[in-house]
Amino acid sequence: MAEFRLPANSTVKKGKNFKADAGATNVRKFNIYRWNEDDGENPRLDTYEVDMDKCGPMVLDGLIKIKNEIDPTLTFRRSCREGVCGSCAMNVAGTNTLACTMANEDIKGDINIYPLPHMEVVKDLVTDLTHFYAQYASIKPWMQTVSPTPSGAERLQSPEDRAKLDGLYECVLCACCSTSCPSYWWNSDKYLGPAVLLQAYRWLVDSRDEHTGERLDDLEDPFRLYRCHTIMNCTNTCPKGLNPAKAIAEIKKMMVARQG
Amino acid sequence: MSFNTPISKVRGLGSARNGTHHWWMQKIAAVALVPLTVWFVASVVQMTKADYFTVISWLSSPIPAILMLIYIVIAIYHLRLGLQAIVEDYIHSEGMKVGLQFSILFGCTIIAVASIFSVLKIAL
Repeated sequence: MAEFRLPANSTVKKGKNFKADAGATNVRKFNIYRWNEDDGENPRLDTYEVDMDKCGPMVLDGLIKIKNEIDPTLTFRRSCREGVCGSCAMNVAGTNTLACTMANEDIKGDINIYPLPHMEVVKDLVTDLTHFYAQYASIKPWMQTVSPTPSGAERLQSPEDRAKLDGLYECVLCACCSTSCPSYWWNSDKYLGPAVLLQAYRWLVDSRDEHTGERLDDLEDPFRLYRCHTIMNCTNTCPKGLNPAKAIAEIKKMMVARQG
Repeated sequence: MSFNTPISKVRGLGSARNGTHHWWMQKIAAVALVPLTVWFVASVVQMTKADYFTVISWLSSPIPAILMLIYIVIAIYHLRLGLQAIVEDYIHSEGMKVGLQFSILFGCTIIAVASIFSVLKIAL
């Protein structure tokens, strides 16, 4: 059976409370999930009081301020701080998003931050994405052709065909969508999940790719593709405003179209 | 302990090369059930105040009997497809999965055949 309850050693306990400096007038609380493999303890929720007058506008600014000035043991991934790299994907205020593009002022009350749901935690807000990346590799995310490469020229693509990749190529593989999907929670061992299926569709509609049939063959599976039940959490949560649910629906339509 | 690479776990036994039929049939059955269910519910509501002989004579006439048979077959086919998907979603132990899939198929078959027999017994 799917497990609906957390195992005893995963129950989140109350953690430490880090007070803001006396004199800070604009204080907000960041409640952050903490866990590490080394101390043998349950996960805990640490509370950091942050002086927002001395903090940047985004959730990531808050995290960096906490790490720099309050608690250097806090661990999270970040890189580009502008929504391009996908590193700082986490669950903020109940929704998977990129901490760098989520504004603190858009969150009501305390700022609650957890790692991406239903993923193995490496430490604090860092989850293990090995399987997710292997799934991405499995759909062969590169152009595959049978015709010889044109001599001294590119493979041409019309502006209309190029336009079909809009809304697909922008995906930064942050895993917000896949880890928001209940089907992915229960069956991620075999279900590819919305992020990887959106990428699969990106290659299925690329007019220059000549392996469409083989790609569909590999996807046509009760688990790899058809665990999608159009729950739409993926589209709801995508920090880049993309629509993985529609991409998956288009793949299903291609599956029916090739039946005749 | 397993030393399989991450990609070998993902590639697994390969693609089953099916699933489209199940998905497409569920959609078709769902579309067919929209008018059929409206008809079924409307008829049942209408019959709530009718006496026994009115109901029997209604179900004996050709159009209600044929619609009822179509409704039974499609509704139970849809039920079977849906239950099958629920088991695939939530049941992860192999023995339980196989057992439930058998039970669902047998159960749905019994309900469908019994319902069809009942309608025919009244109508014919």
